[in-house]
Amino acid sequence: MNQKNRLPTGGQIDRSQPVSFQFNGRTYGGYTGDTVASALLANDVKLVARSLKYHRPRGIMGSGAEEPSALLQVNRGARSIPNLRATQTEIYDGLKVSSVNCWPSVSLDALSLMNWLSPFLQAGFYYKTFMYPRKGWMFYEKVIRRAAGFGKVSSEPDPDRYDKINAWCDVLVVGGGPTGLAAALGAARAGARVMLADEGQQFGGGFLRTESEDNLQWVSDVLRELEEFSEVRLFKRTTVAGYYDGNFLVLNERLTDHLGNATTRNAREKIWRVRAKQVVLSTGAIERPLVFASNDLPGVMLSSAVSDYINRYAVKPGQNAVIFTNNDTAYRSALHMLDNGVGVGALVDARTEISDPLFDKLAHRGVKMMKGSVVVRAQGKKSVSAVEVMRLSADGKSLEGTPEKFDCDLLAVSGGWSPAVHLHAQSGAKPVFDDEKACFVPGPAFQNEISVGAASGNFSAEKAVSDGYQAGISAAHSAGCQVVDLPVIQEVSDAYTSEYAIRPLWQVPGSGSSDRLKRFVDFQNDTTVKDIKIAVQEGYQSIEHLKRYTLLGFGTDQGKLGNINGMAILSEELGQDLIQTGTTTFRPFYTPVTFGAIAGREIGPTFFDPVRKTAMHDWHVEHGAEFENVGQWKRPWYYPKSGETMDQAVNRECLAVRKQVGVIDASTLGKIEIYGPDAAEFLNYVYTNSWSNLPVGSCRYGLMLGEDGMIMDDGVTAKLGDNHFYMTTTTGGAAAVLSWMERWRQTEWPSMRVYFTSVTDQWAVISIAGPKAREILTKVAPTLDASNDQFPFMTFRDSVVASVEARIFRVSFSGELSYEINVPSDCGKDVWEKVFEAGMEFGITPYGTETMHVLRAEKGFIIVGQDTDGSMTPVDMGMSWIVSKNKDCLGKRSLSRSDCIREDRKQFVGLLTEDPNKVLPEGAQLVELPTDARPTPMIGHVTSSYFSASLGRSIALAVVKGGKSRMGARIHSILMTGESVPVSICNPIFYDREGERQNV
Amino acid sequence: MLLIRCPWCGLREQAEFSCGGEAHIVRPLKPDELTDEQWADYLFMRDNTKGWQTEQWVHSGGCRRWFNAQRDTVTYKFGISYKHTDPKPEDGD
Repeated sequence: MNQKNRLPTGGQIDRSQPVSFQFNGRTYGGYTGDTVASALLANDVKLVARSLKYHRPRGIMGSGAEEPSALLQVNRGARSIPNLRATQTEIYDGLKVSSVNCWPSVSLDALSLMNWLSPFLQAGFYYKTFMYPRKGWMFYEKVIRRAAGFGKVSSEPDPDRYDKINAWCDVLVVGGGPTGLAAALGAARAGARVMLADEGQQFGGGFLRTESEDNLQWVSDVLRELEEFSEVRLFKRTTVAGYYDGNFLVLNERLTDHLGNATTRNAREKIWRVRAKQVVLSTGAIERPLVFASNDLPGVMLSSAVSDYINRYAVKPGQNAVIFTNNDTAYRSALHMLDNGVGVGALVDARTEISDPLFDKLAHRGVKMMKGSVVVRAQGKKSVSAVEVMRLSADGKSLEGTPEKFDCDLLAVSGGWSPAVHLHAQSGAKPVFDDEKACFVPGPAFQNEISVGAASGNFSAEKAVSDGYQAGISAAHSAGCQVVDLPVIQEVSDAYTSEYAIRPLWQVPGSGSSDRLKRFVDFQNDTTVKDIKIAVQEGYQSIEHLKRYTLLGFGTDQGKLGNINGMAILSEELGQDLIQTGTTTFRPFYTPVTFGAIAGREIGPTFFDPVRKTAMHDWHVEHGAEFENVGQWKRPWYYPKSGETMDQAVNRECLAVRKQVGVIDASTLGKIEIYGPDAAEFLNYVYTNSWSNLPVGSCRYGLMLGEDGMIMDDGVTAKLGDNHFYMTTTTGGAAAVLSWMERWRQTEWPSMRVYFTSVTDQWAVISIAGPKAREILTKVAPTLDASNDQFPFMTFRDSVVASVEARIFRVSFSGELSYEINVPSDCGKDVWEKVFEAGMEFGITPYGTETMHVLRAEKGFIIVGQDTDGSMTPVDMGMSWIVSKNKDCLGKRSLSRSDCIREDRKQFVGLLTEDPNKVLPEGAQLVELPTDARPTPMIGHVTSSYFSASLGRSIALAVVKGGKSRMGARIHSILMTGESVPVSICNPIFYDREGERQNV
Repeated sequence: MLLIRCPWCGLREQAEFSCGGEAHIVRPLKPDELTDEQWADYLFMRDNTKGWQTEQWVHSGGCRRWFNAQRDTVTYKFGISYKHTDPKPEDGD
């Protein structure tokens, strides 16, 4: 437990709670309050990762969400998490983490040879190289993916639970630094319901990295007061991940990861879906790195991170430092280092005029102050050992003098600050560029939000607190809160206040000797200055294109560190202003959110994609049915007997229906009750045929068209009473048909007196079909006269079936004598069993959807959505007989449009293969001759295809250009294998063409 | 996520609604008497407005009633929601 770099006192860690954890198999010690990053630095572990593309050694560069390189895999079996930032992962006893992109180990990485190959691997390399042969990508991809990549997700089911919750507040404050705390206090004092969220384990933000006890006391004072308000909620470990329209924000609260292996019954994460009347964005700012040769070596660290590790975690990130900056903030870090035993050999400042009050103080303490100078190169193998410093020319474009070398094991860099404008931009606003501060700052608000403190480009702590407080108060007042005359907020003082002065430095000019070395812009994606230059040479000018070509700004960090430098370098290359280049689009989420949290409880067959079962489902299961998914419904597909293949079962079922009798569960058909004096008139509009003269007790087949004339749905509708119809729809179309009719009634014909009620789930439907169907019906419905005279085809009767009130429809989808017995769903299984029992003596056979499809195809009955595809009219399908000439209906006018009356439209036909045993695949394309010149014109495709046991051969339905006038023509079907199958065009009705069997 | 005002249920979340496209397109009373071009104009042609337009919306996850609403196609802001029987209002703010 030797924590060599741990300071003896100070920090926000709990020294009374030592923690032991493993990194890459070795055990290290730390304290509760540490992150993996701070604990590794305490143990002098600098090399923690390998980079994505070149497998270069990488260390810890930041201390928060901006960390690009130190990504870890947490190894917890099914709970394994990939790509966590070491800087935000709290340690706990027994934590096991490892580096993600290296093998066999982080220090002996086999693929580090990529670094030597790197001259060949610049921007666009993969695009240019792996194009040939074209099919090769399938192979290349596997190899490349293994070499480049991050952590691994567990393939086991996620054992955790995730919650979602809706909430609202008057004021949502994002970020719990000094500004956010002040804003929350202001809003709370003004009477608002406040939510304050911070992504870290502790509130305090930038104050945690200062040395000031007063600042920490201020934080705890404000927190104590906030906790007293009943309408204030404080969220730690909660990232405001997305900002959407309507001031709707998504918060991701992490509840259990930091507890480690302790068992808990809590949800692991919670998604808060928050509607905020006002939003205060106090998200702070992110320090930028500087771009020079080998700027990615372990030991190169943001100056703010250095202060964080020293003051917040009591860890020295190095022993001998050099500081490289272009602004004032690093001066404070220099003081932190000196005060805690870190030597500072030199402070290299690109500026020539420096007014910082700390300048003289640091010089007095022996720091070599180098104005107008830059670090041109970091040296070292697996971590920094020295830096080379040169003078920067006045125009910043070249170097002067000879390099001076400084030994060091830590290089603290500060390239200035970029306000975290991510949420501001997500809300719909556009950040603008501030030339003086050399950063993008929030533009005019688009929604009810305001950015304050560092997030607005105001980097002074004192002003941040007073501005935050005022912003909180005005947000509360805008949200309607009434409390006024509030006390002033407790002030914070800063002994070394300085103006934020910066000399923009987007890249250090080349020095000649270091030009062949890499200068990294995006550390996570290994994007270098050279990559950007190549992209510009090759014509890329838009930042969005550059991003996609060089990967700048992709990855788990989304360019939090590198983006602004990259945009500026692109601007320099193009000779334009940064504002002209603009930013890439800021999209949710701010940091990655687990899929578990997004899914929440909406998983599985219960809550994500509910399964619908009919009343007879259990019977089908007991009788060995194989099921097919039809929409959300489970429908019996076929009922194999032991040892039977699917083909054998379907053939047996088909023959049983044709020769004796079969029974199918047709409960899933959509069913809609239509009431009202204008019901028949309404049906005249939605169906192509006429419904005015249909007698009560009769059924009629109807076809629905879209207004474009294309077939939309079909089904049988019965007239139950003068103002009462019972419509059936296709299983998949039920909901769409109901809303279609509702829409027309409400929006176009509001004066029509007609109402619709979905009754799909209320009725179970038992359909018996076959020559013996009447005998069964007579047995189970003894009071019914089922003779052909009294109960003819296409009529309906109310009766009692197996002691249950039933509606019986004599309709047929199989072409056989058939009855559809509708009973209330509760009685469905009971009646089904009684019908089945009654049918035993006649050889009743249960059949599924596959047999139903074969039987209807033998009869040439279409299935909407299988034989039609949204481009077929009734005329195309050979059904012009069903379009009434004497009335208008939806879609009718479209049938006479010039395109719909073309002779060469695809038309519905039957197909017979020359080989009677050959069953064509559905979807197969049809051509005249396979030998025709390529591209061979497609003249149609197969829509349905089966082996018909009744006919002893294969049959197919198809749509063929001008097919109706080509009966007997020989064409060819092309299979995926390239084989061509000769087929002849025929009438689509293969069986009982006169339709006598259903009329007996 | 936007909030949309249903004239019957009040302000509700966008997820409860479906959009039916441009409003105030009346189905011709005598389609048979129209030329192909006139029919196609009704069937296919839409204004594709940049700025305020009126749209049909249905509260599909709620009362299932259709209504008209003004929406700015640039900012996504909603203006007035009104029933079909109400006259078309002036453009939103």
